[in-house]
Amino acid sequence: MTPAGSLLTAENLRKAYGPTNALDGAHFSIHPGEVVAVMGPSGSGKSTLLHCLAGIVTPDSGTITYDGRELSAMGDAERSALRRGDFGFVFQFGQLVPELTCLENVALPLRLNGVARKAAEGTALGWLERLEIDSLARKRPGEVSGGQGQRVAVARSLVTGPRVVFADEPTGALDSLNGERVMELLTEAARSTRAAVVLVTHEARVAAYSDREIVVRDGRSRDLERSS
Amino acid sequence: MSISHTLLGLLESGPRHGYDLKRAFDQRFGHDRPLHYGQVYSTMSRLLKNGLVEVEGVEPGGGPERKRYAITDAGITDVAQWLAEPEKPEPYLQSTLFTKVVLALLTGRSAADLLDAQRSEHLRLMRELTERKRTGDLADQLICDHALFHLEADLRWLELTAARLDALAAEVRA
Ligand SMILES: Nc1ncnc2c1ncn2[C@@H]1O[C@H](COP(=O)(O)OP(=O)(O)OP(=O)(O)O)[C@@H](O)[C@H]1O
Ligand SMILES: [Mg+2]
Repeated sequence: MTPAGSLLTAENLRKAYGPTNALDGAHFSIHPGEVVAVMGPSGSGKSTLLHCLAGIVTPDSGTITYDGRELSAMGDAERSALRRGDFGFVFQFGQLVPELTCLENVALPLRLNGVARKAAEGTALGWLERLEIDSLARKRPGEVSGGQGQRVAVARSLVTGPRVVFADEPTGALDSLNGERVMELLTEAARSTRAAVVLVTHEARVAAYSDREIVVRDGRSRDLERSS
Repeated sequence: MSISHTLLGLLESGPRHGYDLKRAFDQRFGHDRPLHYGQVYSTMSRLLKNGLVEVEGVEPGGGPERKRYAITDAGITDVAQWLAEPEKPEPYLQSTLFTKVVLALLTGRSAADLLDAQRSEHLRLMRELTERKRTGDLADQLICDHALFHLEADLRWLELTAARLDALAAEVRA
């Protein structure tokens, strides 16, 4: 049973890597516009859960439902279309393309979706402005600081107007002040576009930007909203 | 820290005499601050009056420390409620939280659930402070930050304790 109104739901996910049960009965759900923090000790399965939810990793068993459709029932092409169109991603270390300018990096997801260069860069510039880094548009990732690079990555994750942003330790490499600014910008932008954010973090002050948290331990997570 | 709940919790594993209760308390929780006998008896007489303990027997010729106390059903319910209720997040909570964790382990309740409930209570307050920071001026931000860093330290302690529960359980029950 999918909880009413939920956009993305996972039930009883299991995933083993050899003898390691990375996920061992994980539950999750998120509503449109909601920011949910995924917390838990290192190695507990947080990233694996995020990768399963985003359709990057296929779980051994369990069901994932996105917008009423079961992920496992989709073909590869349909799943990757989903990742390009409906989902946005931010990782710990920006993962920007070093050869492209910051503007081109942010425009890239739109270009991959077939948007013409000019239109894509226009939208991208809007997001750079919104994240207060339009002055970096012509610079390459190697020429900006870690905090600036993370803002570029946040802009890139939002540029397609995703319905879900997956953020895995988005502030992990930043100091408190820059980390909090990135969280403010990410959550403000997500709330204004009604994007849901799956936020993996082990830092409580980062999780404090969420609406709700779930805790993963030894590959198991309870969705407290569902059990209450 | 609530001495009466702690003594009550210690009684849950079995009836004890007054002197034995004091010794158990001092040994587990009284490192820097052992109980006075007077505190034990005033606490026990209040618990007695409230029906949370009963006197099971008195050794001959003894004063109050020779009374043997047993927890009642109402007392067990009271301990359960205290353990289940998260503490109001504030600095220097550790001794109360530590006591609760040890008593949960001693009485066979879930210390992990207790820590989870406390974590979510801490996060609830951290969310409030974060929101106040977002809408406040710089002075608000600095004041909220101070509280946030302290609460974060608490949470890290909760996390570490959660990771060491099995080892702590073995030690406590030894
Ligand atoms: N591709 C993989 N191959 C083999 N084992 C893996 C793989 N991915 C994850 N694991 C294992 O699965 C478990 C969960 O890993 P995961 O990366 O999900 O943890 P995490 O909670 O994100 O940890 P961290 O906080 O350190 O990032 C770990 O024991 C890890 O070693
Ligand atoms: Mg991880």
